[in-house]
Amino acid sequence: MIRFEEVTKEYPDGTRAVKNLNLEIRKGEFVCLIGPSGCGKTTTLKMVNRLVEPTRGTIYVDGQDIMKVDPVHLRRRIGYVIQQIGLFPHMTIEENIALVPRLLGWDRERCRRRVEELLPLVGLDPDQYRHRYPRELSGGQQQRVGVLRALAAEPDLILMDEPFGALDPITREALQDELKKLQAKLHKTILFVTHDMDEALKLADRIVLMKDGEVVQDGSPEDLLRHPANDFVAAFIGRERMAQAVGATPVEELMIRRPVTAGPSKGLAEAVQLMRQKRVDSVVVVDEDNRLLGVVTARQIQQHRDRARTLGEIMSGEPACVEVGAPVTEALQRMFVERLDHLPVVDRERRLVGLITRTTLVDLLSREGWPNGSPGGSGQGVSA
Amino acid sequence: MAAFLSEFGSYLVSNADRLLELTVEHLQLSLAAVGFGLLVGIPGGVLMARFRRLVGPVLWVTNALQTVPALALAGFLMILFGLGRGTGIAVLFCYTLMPILRATYTGITSVDPALVEAARGMGMTRWQILRMVQLPLALSVLLVGVRVATVIAIGTATILSLIGAGGLGQEIFAGIRRVSDVRILAGAVPAALLAVLADAGISWLERRLTSPGLRVERSAAQS
Repeated sequence: MIRFEEVTKEYPDGTRAVKNLNLEIRKGEFVCLIGPSGCGKTTTLKMVNRLVEPTRGTIYVDGQDIMKVDPVHLRRRIGYVIQQIGLFPHMTIEENIALVPRLLGWDRERCRRRVEELLPLVGLDPDQYRHRYPRELSGGQQQRVGVLRALAAEPDLILMDEPFGALDPITREALQDELKKLQAKLHKTILFVTHDMDEALKLADRIVLMKDGEVVQDGSPEDLLRHPANDFVAAFIGRERMAQAVGATPVEELMIRRPVTAGPSKGLAEAVQLMRQKRVDSVVVVDEDNRLLGVVTARQIQQHRDRARTLGEIMSGEPACVEVGAPVTEALQRMFVERLDHLPVVDRERRLVGLITRTTLVDLLSREGWPNGSPGGSGQGVSA
Repeated sequence: MAAFLSEFGSYLVSNADRLLELTVEHLQLSLAAVGFGLLVGIPGGVLMARFRRLVGPVLWVTNALQTVPALALAGFLMILFGLGRGTGIAVLFCYTLMPILRATYTGITSVDPALVEAARGMGMTRWQILRMVQLPLALSVLLVGVRVATVIAIGTATILSLIGAGGLGQEIFAGIRRVSDVRILAGAVPAALLAVLADAGISWLERRLTSPGLRVERSAAQS
């Protein structure tokens, strides 16, 4: 839908607002451009409808080089919402919404029908509001109309430049929810500039984080929260949000990936040897298909070494386990309640994929932004 | 006093036709000047708003023009164009231009830049932005300039009978020459009334032309 190729924007005073930007936005994607002020996000947005023209590089919209398209025609097929709302105060709500359709030469009746169709989408009664003037509406209602105005001529692509930035927090949240619902219904391609991380996390399918005219990270909200590319990203996201996200981390991210395993027929002496070699205090017992059978700890071997010969004889039947995808916090909760030292992680077919131990908790704590905690570090460490 | 008023009244009645004619002439003179002022001033103001480099020089020239005493300007233009109505209109035009030019420029530049950018971003051409956004929003400021220009024109027109432009000045100067209070007033009162009425007329026009959306804004700002 939109493709930036090596796009640079230099202002006459020499500042480079955007540097060699390469970015592709697919049809139907909701992409948030985010970053501190002066990072080039708004410049990037405004280059799409040629309110700002790139110094170098090419921008394609729908496969067309936009520098080869008449800017007036280009803009009429791209919706545009600005922070200051920008409704024309001397026009009624209907006139405001129907402005681009009118520019495109739609007849009166079609404009009227379109307004009637659009207003209910944001919970405004057409009969009540169409003939009012922007001044007679609250800020939130005005920006709802601002969004509708961008949708009026049915563009596939909509540019939004901090559209909710000037609204109070409660109204802002209501409008975000409405936009999300609207997007679920209409599947537009939306490029959305914001400096509010919560907003980006809430709305975006994909977040492009910029700094000093360059993309620092480009990924899903999940990616950014879980694997921030560097300290800048982590700081920008904020520890609090990352910690919240970490709580929902699935077990496979923190588990020990290759726990020490042994078959049920393994002798106790051999098992002790194995544990000593690997410096662990337990082995997971599996069958030939790597299916989980049980867990045997060094303590159990010590208790049973007179009566039993193989691991199969002393392992606890029906061992507790969690499936891949369960949140780490849930696994730790279970270990605490059931007084477990180890919790094997299995896939759907009960095949062993990893092991959660008490040191997993340490990894989790380190992720939550404790001093020297490296966010995004994978769960390695000495096994139990 | 009563005697004077009855003398004044009977003079008005017996000279009604001629006085009416002079009033109409006066009004034509002033309105023609305002008309030319609008014709040059509005496009001029629009150009100034677009090419800001023009603002300094243009305002300097029109301001300088404004400071020249009307009689001196009239004499000067009379030498160039001779006696008559045309010269009168030219003199008045010099005085209507500045307020209209300035008001147009101020009106257009005071339109919220965010609105102009929104208009541009939605795909309006420059002409459409001017016609559909900038001028409607600049209208109330523009009309203030028109009002000032009209009142100046009606007032200044009274002295232009001296260069043969006609109008109520003729009656006033005739009264001065003959030391006739009645005749001075017979010219001065209609001229004053004309100015007051023009002022009221333009206020009415402003209310009619301004969008209700903007009216709400102003009353809200006042309360």
